[in-house]
Amino acid sequence: MSLQVTIEKKLGDFFLKAEMETVSGRIGILGASGCGKSLTLKCIAGIETPDRGRIRLDDRCLYDSEKKINQKPRERRLGYLFQNYALFPAMTVEANVAAGLRGSRREKKERTAQMIGRFRLEGLEKRLPGELSGGQQQRVALARIMAYEPELIMLDEPFSALDVYLKEQLQQEMKEMLREYPGTVVLVSHSRDEIYQFSDYLFVMEQGRVIRSGKTREIFADPGNRIAARLTGCKNISPARKTGEFQLYAPDWNLTLQTERRVSDRVKYVGIRAHDLEPGEQERETNCLPCRIGVVTEAPFETVYLVNCPDREAQVWWKVPKNRLDSEGPAGMPAYLYLPPKRLLLLEE
Amino acid sequence: MREFLTGLDWSPLWISLKTGAVAAFLCFFLGIFAARKIMKMKKGRARAFLDGILTLPMVLPPTVAGFFLLLVFSRRRPLGSFLEGAFDIKVVQSWAGCVIAAMVIAFPLMYRNARAAFEQVDPNLIYAGRTLGMSETAIFWKVALPLAGPGIASGTVLTFARAMGEYGATSMLAGNIPGKTGTVSQKIAMVIQDGDYGTAGFWVAVVTVTALVIVFLINRAADRKMKQIRRW
Repeated sequence: MSLQVTIEKKLGDFFLKAEMETVSGRIGILGASGCGKSLTLKCIAGIETPDRGRIRLDDRCLYDSEKKINQKPRERRLGYLFQNYALFPAMTVEANVAAGLRGSRREKKERTAQMIGRFRLEGLEKRLPGELSGGQQQRVALARIMAYEPELIMLDEPFSALDVYLKEQLQQEMKEMLREYPGTVVLVSHSRDEIYQFSDYLFVMEQGRVIRSGKTREIFADPGNRIAARLTGCKNISPARKTGEFQLYAPDWNLTLQTERRVSDRVKYVGIRAHDLEPGEQERETNCLPCRIGVVTEAPFETVYLVNCPDREAQVWWKVPKNRLDSEGPAGMPAYLYLPPKRLLLLEE
Repeated sequence: MREFLTGLDWSPLWISLKTGAVAAFLCFFLGIFAARKIMKMKKGRARAFLDGILTLPMVLPPTVAGFFLLLVFSRRRPLGSFLEGAFDIKVVQSWAGCVIAAMVIAFPLMYRNARAAFEQVDPNLIYAGRTLGMSETAIFWKVALPLAGPGIASGTVLTFARAMGEYGATSMLAGNIPGKTGTVSQKIAMVIQDGDYGTAGFWVAVVTVTALVIVFLINRAADRKMKQIRRW
């Protein structure tokens, strides 16, 4: 299983120059909206045509501007799950599932019945998509794609328009349904939670370029650059200056930091996730930020503090799970926040 | 009254209905075809120009359109003489002229309605059809047309109504030959000139009833598919 994408496309002021190559079967593309991740997906599907480049899936050449190959979407036979599912409103569930099938009437009927069973849609065959719940619509959309056994399935922000409860439920369902699927899945999302759950290999995109790629868990543990750190959810980032092999200075926080990892010369920023800060009462020489709690936001299961630091411009985000704070009582409002050396993210530009 | 009805020449009604039906039938295909072609074009001057040409007959006074049609189809002009010489088709002062005048005037209604209907179809549905491996023909008939259906249906009915009632361009191109090109609209105008308000009133009633039936049909066509249309 391998996917190779090297494409360029100009759309008005936007310039997409994406390079991706992976053998992973579960691929994620993470990026803010407008970074070109959906456009990349549409190019792979053949809905959009790049200006130049190549797209290969295993031994198949889907697009090659030099060899003048540009397969039509229908020849590529890849699955594309649209955000709103794009079920055909005038067709019944059955007809929707059968829409992509070829072969004799009997073969189509058998295959449709098989998919209806596998995706637990029995009894809904004659309904129209408008009469289905969100979960049922997702199952119909997946059944419709899986029916023709594509080698690759693309999920374009499949959960971003859903409310929280439904989102978690549909994520679980989706995971269950994709578990048996032997082909490649590409998930495009701006949500780090979804990406973390669904992908083994990750491409981080920013302004039409892939700025970081690698194993998903590794990128979350060590984003490597400032933008990837922000996209993977790091709230606190400061410029940094190397002051020793294992030491750097963060001017925004007016703070000297000891690091666990060796600081390379290319490190320009340092970051720490809002969950990784630790409260304390004693001042320490390094990795210690005196703080005054600013804005407090209560979320259902965690408390978010926007912390002001005396004599420093920058504010720091600190997130504490509720149960932890409860057990620590009012003492959870600390005089200092520690930045544990092994939690520091060393970031390049 | 009875005498009036038995002695009545019903030919204007038949000529109007026939003209309307044939013109609407042809406009249906031409309008959809033109709508698709224009939609596929890139936005720009060429597209705006063509769109303008296709819409023009709706904006122009029908007599102006009639003048242009006479210019094109006159026997003294290349196309007119070619049609008569090669195919023995006479457009000026004939029923074919009725149909052509009606078509030209009513065409924009079909074209614009079809285009508006197609443009509100969610492009993702079309893309979904393509990635699923459906042929373009299947996508058009099974996905796009059912969604654009209500708009196209009302466009067709409006086209029929407009074609049936055409007066200005028809009178110039086809003339008013009783039993041949004499449509209801022309009949009304003629009898009014003779001061025969009774006959005029009768035909006015016929036309009004037909129009009401048409409006009713449009509303039903739109309502029937209402389930799939967003209400707001």
